[in-house]
Amino acid sequence: MKAINRRQAFALGGGFVMLTLMPMAADAEVTGDAAKWIEKFTGGKQPVKGKISLDLPEIAENGNTVPLSINIESPMTADSYVKDVMIIADGNPNAGVATLSFTPMSGKAEAAIRIRLATTQNVIAVAKMSDGSLFTEQKTVKVTIGGCGG
Amino acid sequence: MADKPRIKLPKEAAKGEVIQIKTLVSHVMESGQRKDAQGKAIPRKIINKFACEFNGKPVFSCALEPAISANPYIQFDARIDEAGTFKFAWTDDDGSVITAEEKIALKA
Repeated sequence: MKAINRRQAFALGGGFVMLTLMPMAADAEVTGDAAKWIEKFTGGKQPVKGKISLDLPEIAENGNTVPLSINIESPMTADSYVKDVMIIADGNPNAGVATLSFTPMSGKAEAAIRIRLATTQNVIAVAKMSDGSLFTEQKTVKVTIGGCGG
Repeated sequence: MADKPRIKLPKEAAKGEVIQIKTLVSHVMESGQRKDAQGKAIPRKIINKFACEFNGKPVFSCALEPAISANPYIQFDARIDEAGTFKFAWTDDDGSVITAEEKIALKA
């Protein structure tokens, strides 16, 4: 096999950068019910990855109550704040989990709830800012059934 | 009917301070997915909406789906600019509303 030269190495590197710049294409192949929920929320616009930190356990022993906390970067002033955040679990029989609505009086775009997860799946958050921009983040949660490993 | 909701927040706050509010209300949150011993689906009965307002102005609200755990716990923040009263309301599928109130004072 021929060793790659400098120029080819750069081209390869560029390809990887392109991949990471397209997060929606890379990791969120959201299908079915979850996609419908997201589309209803975003109105068909594509959300950008970022701004949200979504905190969920990597492995949930009991899918009946999984702690979820979310924090969105925002000054939370009357001009610029987080309006709505939709949380979706793509493997549940009904993908919608909750829609959180903040106001400038919230002070911080931060909330915590406990959710039900039917199986191992992705939890997706989509945030709508006051200026209409959209952000997204997702986490995979492994749900242990029967309590002995995944 | 459900027990009195539990709400945790500081008694007083400095002007402009952002405080954390924790709420918990007892509710079965029956998802509508489960079946009883006879194989009949148990009808859905959940809290579908939670709202918090401060001195009549909305602070935080959320629409809840069956994927929320029983005895829903909701934690959020609020910025305090004046002394006043928080009003909390949980709306059930059957239309009944559980309400609660908490007062907060400004630190002298």
